[in-house]
Formats: sequence, C-alpha cells, structure tokens
Amino acid sequence: MWWDTAVRPHSMPPVRRIARGVTNQEESTVAQGVLEIDRISKRYGEVVALRDMTFEVRAGELFGFVGSNGAGKTTAMRIALGVLAADSGEVRWNGAPITFETRRRIGYMPEERGLYPKMKVLEQLVYLAELHGLTTNDAHRSAENWIARLGVRDRRNDEVQKLSLGNQQRVQLAAALVHEPDVLVLDEPFSGLDPVAVDVMSQVLREKASAGVPVVFSSHQLDLVERLCDRIGIVRSGAMVACGTVDELRAGGETRLVVDAPGAANGWAADVPGVRVVETRGTRTTLELTADADDQAVLHAALATGPVREFSRQRPSLTELFRNVVTEEETA
Amino acid sequence: MRRLSPSRAVLLVARREFLGKVRTRSFLIGTVVIVAVLAGYVLLQAVLFDQSNRSTVGLSGQSTVLAEPLRETARQFGREVATTDVTDPAAAEEQVRKGDLDVLITGAPDALRVVVKENLNSALQNALDTIVRQQVLNAQLAEADLDPNVVAAKMAAAKVTVVALEPEDSQQGQRLAIGLVIAALLYYSLLVYGTMVAQGVVEEKSSRVVEILLATLRPWQLLLGKVMGLGAVGLLQLVLIGGIGLVLSSTTGVIDLTGVASGALATGVLWYLLGFFLYATIFAAAASLVSRQEELQSVVTPISTVIIIAFVVGINLLIQDPSGTTVTVLSMLPPFAPILMPGRMAIGVAPLWQVLLAVVLAIGAVAAITWLGGRIYSNAVLRTGSRVKLRDALR
Repeated sequence: MWWDTAVRPHSMPPVRRIARGVTNQEESTVAQGVLEIDRISKRYGEVVALRDMTFEVRAGELFGFVGSNGAGKTTAMRIALGVLAADSGEVRWNGAPITFETRRRIGYMPEERGLYPKMKVLEQLVYLAELHGLTTNDAHRSAENWIARLGVRDRRNDEVQKLSLGNQQRVQLAAALVHEPDVLVLDEPFSGLDPVAVDVMSQVLREKASAGVPVVFSSHQLDLVERLCDRIGIVRSGAMVACGTVDELRAGGETRLVVDAPGAANGWAADVPGVRVVETRGTRTTLELTADADDQAVLHAALATGPVREFSRQRPSLTELFRNVVTEEETA
Repeated sequence: MRRLSPSRAVLLVARREFLGKVRTRSFLIGTVVIVAVLAGYVLLQAVLFDQSNRSTVGLSGQSTVLAEPLRETARQFGREVATTDVTDPAAAEEQVRKGDLDVLITGAPDALRVVVKENLNSALQNALDTIVRQQVLNAQLAEADLDPNVVAAKMAAAKVTVVALEPEDSQQGQRLAIGLVIAALLYYSLLVYGTMVAQGVVEEKSSRVVEILLATLRPWQLLLGKVMGLGAVGLLQLVLIGGIGLVLSSTTGVIDLTGVASGALATGVLWYLLGFFLYATIFAAAASLVSRQEELQSVVTPISTVIIIAFVVGINLLIQDPSGTTVTVLSMLPPFAPILMPGRMAIGVAPLWQVLLAVVLAIGAVAAITWLGGRIYSNAVLRTGSRVKLRDALR
C-alpha cells in the first residue's frame, strides 16, 4: 500500500521499523486530492525545528499528528499554510507545488487561536469567507450554516471576546470551515473543549473526511486520535518517526501477553526463549515477547505449572506506542 | 476554484476597517464633541465680536433725528450702533441702569445730554462730539450764507495720501486663523488615525488573527486595506469637522473669507491623503515589530513625537512669521509638510514652486516609505513573541 511508509530521517540512528513500504515520492506524484509534505526542513537559528519532515494526507482521510511539545507539529502546519517559509523541501497539493491560490482552499485553525476579539461572530465569519473568495451571499449562507451546525447560533451577534472559551473554539472551527475548504489543517482543535463539543468536532471532521477532504490535525489526546484517525504520524525532534494506521504502528513491535496462572512459581516463564517478564502482580504475569518468540511455548510453560485462568494478548494503546517511540528515541 | 482578485481583497479589508470604526460609539461621540467644541468656539467669537462692537442707543425727543447720522458717524469710528426711539426717558434711564440700553440720548441736537451706566465708549463719544460740532458748524455756515453740503463735500475730498512701505494685508489675521485651524485639523487627523493603524496592526498580531488572514491575503493587501479603510474614516471626520466649521463660521460672520477657507479645506484634504499614507505606513511598520498593546507605546512614540513637533514648533513659527526661513524649509520637508504647508498655503505665503516641491518630495517619500514599511511589515507581522529587531525585519 502506498501509505505504508516508515519515514526515517537519514541523520538519525535506526529506529524500530513500524511499517514497511516504499517512500512516497516514488509512487504518488500525480495523486489526486493529496496533500504532500515532502522533506521539509526548517531551522530557527541554531535550533532545528524540522528535518526532512515527510508525510501525506489523502482525500477522505483523517490524519492524526502527534508528538511531544516542541516536536515540530505547529511549524510543519504553518509551513503547509504558507504563513512560514521552509528552508528546504516542498508542499504539494494534487501533485503540484502548492501556490498562494491553492492555499486559499485550505481551512486552517492555528494553534494560537486567532479571531478579532471585538468583531461579532457572524460578521467575522462572513468576512473570512469573503476573504477566501466567496461572494457576499455565499459567505452569509455558509456562515449561518456553520454557526447553526456548531451550536453557536444564539451568539451570532455577540462579540467573540464575550463568548466562553469553548464557544470561541467552535467559532474558530467555523472560521476554518466557512469557505468550504478542500483541505483542513487544524492545530490542536480539541484542546479546551468540553465532551459535547469534542463530539461535535469529531463528527464534523469525520464528515468532512467522508466528503473527500483530507483532514490533518494535531492533538495530545491520544485516545481520541486513536479512535478518530485513519492514520497517525508520530513526530519527534522535527522528524516523522512512525507513520501508519494504529494497527500498522502496533505491528512489528514486541507482543505483550498477560497470563494468570495461580499455581506458578516466580520465574516460571524465564526459560522460554525471547520472553521477558515485565511485571508480576498477584498471580498475573505480564510478559513481553520478541518478534520471533513463540506464544504457544509460553502457554505450554504456563500449563505445566497448573491451571491457567487467563491467557491474553495485550494490544498496546496509542499512548503506549507513542511513549515507546519517544523514549526509544530519547535513549538512542 | 473561486478566485479573489487583489483589488477585492484590499477593498474587503478596507470596508471592514471603515465600517468597524465608523459604527463605533467612540467615533460618533468623538466627532460630535469636536464639532460641538468648534461650534461653541465660533459662536462665542461671533457673540464677543458682536457685543464688543455694537452699542444700543436710545434716542428721545428731538434727538431722534440723529439716528441716521449717529449710526453712520459711529461706523466711521469703527463702532456699530443700533438705535431705538424712546418715549419715556425715565423708563429708559432705568433700562440703562439695568444694561438693556448702553446709552440714552435726550435734548436738542446741539445740546445733547447723554446718559450711560458707567462710562461712554470712546468711539461713541467721538461720534457724538463730531455730530454736535457738525450741528454747530452747520448753523454757523448757514449764518455765513454758505451751503453746509458744499462745505461738507469739499471737506470730505481733502485727504492725506498714505504710502505704506510694507502694507499690511487686512485679511492677514483671518488667513492666519484659517491656516492655524487647518494645520491643527491635520495634526489631529494624522496623529489619531495613524495611531489607530498601529493599534489595528497590533490587535491582529496579539489576537493571532493575522495568521488566518495571511493564509489568504498577501501582507501588502492587508496593509493597504487597513491604511485605506482607516484613512477613509479620518477623511470623513476631517471633511465633517472642516465642513461644519466652515458653514458655521461663514454664516455667523466670524470669517468673511469663505473662499480662502474652502480652498484651505480642499488643500487640507489633499495634504491629509499624502500625510496619511506617509505616516500610516510608518505607524504600521513600527507596530508590526511588537506583539502586545503594552509594547506599542515604545515604538509609536518616536513617530508621534515628530508629528507633535511639526505641529507645536510649526504653529509657533507660523504665528511669528509664516514666511520665515525655518518654517519655509520645514514646510517643504515630507515629515512636516502635511501639517505646515496647508497652513502656509491658507495664509497665502507659499509660492507655487514651494508647494509643488513639497508635493513632489512628499510623493517620493510616500513611495519610499511604502516600499520600506511594507517590507518591514511583511517580515515582522508573523513573528510573535519578543519585539522584532528592525535589522531583522529589514532582511
């Protein structure tokens, strides 16, 4: 599959290979509806913000962008939007380098929220829609539509600064959507939202993706990203260190087993090759198996100690995967 | 794909800035207050002018025939007189005591009795003395069988010839006043609306809305739209205040050089446009260097100072001598020209070549500043956080 890519920066030591595949620029040069970030680098003086950052977001796809603070997510998004210039590399839309005119078709939600505090909600959205090329009538229609959709209709004639932060966030999302963009780039859209607003936001993003719009957003809420996104990219120190579906990110890593064998003595599994005991809690033992270890040998060893009440494969959550990737990098 | 032409982009920005400001209460109140102050001043001038130059004189009995000669003679001495016929001298004396009448005159034309409250205005005194003497003279001439009218005509023809080496323009005072008012209006407009541009730039930066805007607008489109929109607000206010001031002062008779004043307002508008583009771009560029309103003062003060100096120093020089070397040179230099040149033009001391030179220099400065300021703005407006160094912004 074209998106099965593990992008590894040349300058960094080899990391765990999460997914296999070809590098994207070989196959997808004339992709339709694809936003490609191709080997973007950016330095702020001595600080390297991005090094050869590469990923792509395809039509109809929700792409989650995760990474520690300062990893380079915001810089990458700002470069994609053209509010920041890259030192090298290219951003492409539908296979062609992105231009100022095509950038107008992106819906953008900056990390630091940006609206005129003293402008009324509706006026503000109409203005932004017009600035993106809508006629006045279309701008009004679209603004009213999104205001209603995002549940801020009764605040449409209030100044933005008088709204609660959560409602300001909804207006901010409406500002990104009001010109019916072809691409959505959202920096931390879920931060500061209440659960209801999170649901509304998730639904809207899902809907946009289903309508064929590539959606990329960054977030620290990894459970949400895991639940919502088709693909996920993990960023560290300005480079993409892992990229793929959650299953792909899980594949190739150590397998964890939880075994509940009440009759077993300590160290019962120590002799099975490729097995490491992670934790023993009461009668339950958590084991970590290398890729070539045989889980059936573990089961046999467990049964040899007496009854086995539980034998389960533990699927690491995105949070655990993320932690693994990031800490591995740090210790490497 | 929907396209947005650069001109529509600029107009959209300008429209937002214009409507956003014009619809605020502060604009309305500000304009009304300035107009009210101006109107109050003009009316006060009119009333003072009227009171200090006009006397109400009551004439009783035989003296009523003096009404016409009194008005005319008093006018020659520089005093307006309104006359009323009085039937009850006692009641009239009471009116003088209360101040309703300035003067009460009774008695025969050659032996007038004049009643005043405190003292008699010297111009009126002279006028009355002249009239009384004229009455005596006429009687004597009649006795000597001479026609008083022929003598009066001969006397009127006898005049001294005055040769003024440096003749004073009788309109000089009014022209100076008009010049100072127009300089003050420009000073106010440039300072207030220039600062407003700076505040707008920082508002967009501090609220980060600039990041969204610049994803769809070029920096120059945002800058030009902002300058045009706020410039139009300032222009509207200038024309409103100037126009109302003009109508008021000419209808109340405070100025009678309506043509000069209208011309001054028209040139004032042209100089406002030049001056605003010059200063607003500098204000915007300076403001783009900082990210918070609290930091704005530090970058804006040097620019405001130039405008304030142009006004304060310029006004003093204009009052002393509007053709002095210093003020002549200053009025042609771009930073000062928008305030001083319209002032000097209204006073009528700016030769055409000086005006044209000032305009050419100002247009040149606007072009240079627009280029430079636009560059600084484009480079700095997306850099948030600490203050951007001018050197970095120019790179």
